[in-house]
Amino acid sequence: MEFLQPATWREALEMKTAQPQALPIAGGTDVLVDLNFDRHRPEVILDLNRVTELSEWQPANGRLRVGAGVSYSRVISELSDRLPGLALASRSVGSPQIRNRGTVGGNLGSASPAGDAHPALLATRASIEVSSVRGSREIPVDEFFLGPKRNALKPDELIAAFWLRPAPGPQQFAKVGTRNAMVIAVCSFGLALDVEQQTVGTGIGSAGPIPLRAGEAERFLAEALADGNHWRSGQPLPQSARERFGELVAQAARPIDDVRGTAAFRRRALAVLARRTFAWAWQEYTAG
Amino acid sequence: MIEARPLPTRQRPVAQSAITGGIGESVKRPEGVLKVSGDFPYSSDLWAEGMLWGSTLRSPHPYARIRAIDTTQAAAMPGVHSVLTHADLPGRKVYGLEIADQPVLAFDCVRYQGEAVALVAAEHPEQARRAAAKVRVDYEVLEPLSDPELAISGEGPSLHEGGNILRRLRIEHGDQNARAEVVVSGEYVIGMQDQAPLGPESGLAVPDGEGGVDLYIATQWLHVDRDQLAAVLALPPERVRLTLAGVGGAFGGREDLSMQAHACLLALRTGRPVKIVYGRQESFVGHVHRHPGRLRYEHGADRNGRLVYVKASIVLDGGAYASSSTAVISNACSFASGPYAVPNATIEGWVVYTNNPPCGAMRGFGSVQNCFAHEAQMDKLAQALGLDPVELRLRNAFQTGDTLVTGQPLEGPIPVAELLQRVLSMPLPETADASRRDLRELPGGVSNTTHGEGVRRGVGYAAGFKNVGYSEGFPDYSTARVTLRVVEGRAQAEVHTASAEVGQGLVTIQGQIAHTELGVSQVVVLNADTRVGSGGSSSASRQTYITGGAVKTACEAVRQRVLEMARSELGDQAGSGENWRLADDSLIDTSGRTVIDLVTLLGDEVVSEEREYRPRPTEPLDERGQGKAHLQLAFAAHRAVVDVDVELGLVHVVELATAQDVGKAINPLAVEGQLEGGAAQGLGLAIMEQVLVKDGKIMNPSFTDYLIPTILDMPPVRMEVLELGDPRSPYGLKGVGEPPAISSGPAVLAAIRAATGREVSHVPVRPDDLLDL
Repeated sequence: MEFLQPATWREALEMKTAQPQALPIAGGTDVLVDLNFDRHRPEVILDLNRVTELSEWQPANGRLRVGAGVSYSRVISELSDRLPGLALASRSVGSPQIRNRGTVGGNLGSASPAGDAHPALLATRASIEVSSVRGSREIPVDEFFLGPKRNALKPDELIAAFWLRPAPGPQQFAKVGTRNAMVIAVCSFGLALDVEQQTVGTGIGSAGPIPLRAGEAERFLAEALADGNHWRSGQPLPQSARERFGELVAQAARPIDDVRGTAAFRRRALAVLARRTFAWAWQEYTAG
Repeated sequence: MIEARPLPTRQRPVAQSAITGGIGESVKRPEGVLKVSGDFPYSSDLWAEGMLWGSTLRSPHPYARIRAIDTTQAAAMPGVHSVLTHADLPGRKVYGLEIADQPVLAFDCVRYQGEAVALVAAEHPEQARRAAAKVRVDYEVLEPLSDPELAISGEGPSLHEGGNILRRLRIEHGDQNARAEVVVSGEYVIGMQDQAPLGPESGLAVPDGEGGVDLYIATQWLHVDRDQLAAVLALPPERVRLTLAGVGGAFGGREDLSMQAHACLLALRTGRPVKIVYGRQESFVGHVHRHPGRLRYEHGADRNGRLVYVKASIVLDGGAYASSSTAVISNACSFASGPYAVPNATIEGWVVYTNNPPCGAMRGFGSVQNCFAHEAQMDKLAQALGLDPVELRLRNAFQTGDTLVTGQPLEGPIPVAELLQRVLSMPLPETADASRRDLRELPGGVSNTTHGEGVRRGVGYAAGFKNVGYSEGFPDYSTARVTLRVVEGRAQAEVHTASAEVGQGLVTIQGQIAHTELGVSQVVVLNADTRVGSGGSSSASRQTYITGGAVKTACEAVRQRVLEMARSELGDQAGSGENWRLADDSLIDTSGRTVIDLVTLLGDEVVSEEREYRPRPTEPLDERGQGKAHLQLAFAAHRAVVDVDVELGLVHVVELATAQDVGKAINPLAVEGQLEGGAAQGLGLAIMEQVLVKDGKIMNPSFTDYLIPTILDMPPVRMEVLELGDPRSPYGLKGVGEPPAISSGPAVLAAIRAATGREVSHVPVRPDDLLDL
């Protein structure tokens, strides 16, 4: 096994072009587990830990550009106010040690349907900046996941950063696992209310081959809020509408039975999480 | 005797431990700081000059015939020194604790997924793994027998000579046709639990150059390993020497051989030290598990809530090999009706062979599965009678003079009612407004699934018991050598046994006993090895009792000799020496005056005595399941308080409370640790731990998906420890380790039922079980 340690981003991109089969590693919380399980044996590993640019974040043009190497711990401690949904998701990741090592970029690279960051990124309409020696491009997050553990990266590309607007409204994240910490999601749900544009964002995790958006549920909720003049009045949505939102989220899922849970349970739980997270978000909105 | 070649200091077992304190004191374990600082040498840390690494090729199939094995390609791989199959075995080809039915390396067929087929020794562990993958095995894959009920029916393939029923047991107690006014019945399914020790199986075999071998090993019983190894290696037992290496938890999972024979075979073949360390996935197939079971119960009672009869049918899945299954089913049946007086009972038990992973010993040993069932039944009965669940238990609680369903009379203090009353009267945790609580105190924890919505609280109670020590006439004894001498100007007592410290604190206990018995402030406990007689296993909650008894007996013999020395040297004035005692490193007379200090008395003399301790024997069960089969019985009761999110089926255990009679707490701090640790294992089985097996294959062989409780799942344990004193045991003590793991889980289940109003019959409880899906 060859172990590459670029010192700069430019060098990392050149190495990836020269050896596109190289497997990038940041925190190693997925890569090393896979190696340990002997799931695959990469010929080349590209260690990105020395590329300091990757662990920086800054505001740019009204958005935030967050380097792919920013750890979950730092998302929680430095970005909770601007990215509350992602911070909540980060808090549910593994243990303190794993949150110190693991990165959002790594989560995107692995592209597991159970990745905890994904529902939050979907709900908040993030975009992913990917780069190669040929240049950079932004991929909307809902075009990023192609299949189980497959993403839209070209062989010579690396994930540079993700872009998000500072939260334009309340955001929530909830995850069901059969243990109270250190657990892979049985299913998870991210919700974001955009108060300025009066839209709703959703993300479903671990209940389909890829992380999903519940498009119909988003439109339904946005319309229900607009039709009843709720944004202005702050009045709660009728119970029937809240339940309908939950049902639509459940319908958007494409779950299977596996060792972590049944498809029927996942659908049921998603409906509950959708209702509850909306209630919390709305409470926050009306509390002002 | 050939001495073991020394290993480097940092990578060999701790040679001896100093203990400062006597019985009844919360003496801290000497290896505690090493363990928390990462400096403790576990069996996986061993290293020897010129060491090779062993790797095991395992069957991917639960059931298959082996047509041929070709090792040519594997042997030609880089770094490989040896490749072994069953054809290379020098001695007995099978081993086992009760019945020798498990192949050292598979021949003819494999009976479970993960069965060892071939071994490789190579310079580097990765070379060994890669070479093992190159061993070509030609399998004829067969349909596995995975359903225990099918095994009982006699259909399907016969996996062993004599059929698939490993043991059938019937207990008939009282009137077999008893009828009752109130009858409740239920069927309970218990999943397969893993011991999940943090240290996977590992050890180092060092050939002595003269045909013998030294094995440094994490095990629960050095001598039973040695005897099985001697047969497999075709060596006399004295040429197979075992030394205990640091044990990273055991819980029953280290009673059977795992890599012991494999490492020795490779070491003797290559003439080099060989180390084998399992990874977590291999560990899941490298040791036995707790038996999954299906238990069908019927309880009959009169209108006053007095039990009239219990009928139970218990089916345990033994998996592919016997291990200790025959003893587990005996316990499951003996204690099937719980710690309650029942005049009539019919208990039928089966443990069967299947192509599922082999099952055997785990903390609780047969008493855990049945406790979930009898306690669920007691709650059901209470409901049918309109009685409080604790009140029903109190009306039927065992008392001194009652008998087990096996006819064995209950002797000494039997405090079942008192234990229940104690947990009942402990204050309940406050019911804070759920919406104001920290996420970590709610079901789902930091995963943020509820802010109080759907959360219902429940409280549940359970009582349980089991035997301490071996049962059914199995010889139970332990050996200790105690030596008193002057070391660097101080009197020092040395304790040497072959009994395994598996984390339970046995080293400390042994030292405390010597400290008290010999009145010596400097006590060291030597590392366990086979240079001294057998200590028996660190299982069945027996070591403090049996090895503690051996240390006490050996100390008494040493003390006797010291007193004799003193009397002959000092001249016994009027025979008063009879009443001299040892304390404060001196000989003290009846008036408390120092007669002579030990350093002066001993001089260069070394006083050393080896003694065996044998408690009273037990009897086998007869054809009606009757007999005094058990040595000592230990009881505990638990109360669980849970919060259940009834919309998501998620559980948060708010508090566990327990009361347990330990007879005498030799080390109160260690007792506390056992009560907490055992409760955590019970909680794990109740709400999350299950080895999922489908068609003979384990679906979750890692800690990614086999979940054990974290600190956020395990609540504080409120406890009351009773010291009622067993008149027969050393110091009146009772075995402590297992009762905490028995009734803790059933109490959690009872609390979940109370919170949800649901009849939950599957253990562990899954979210689906708590919802209408």
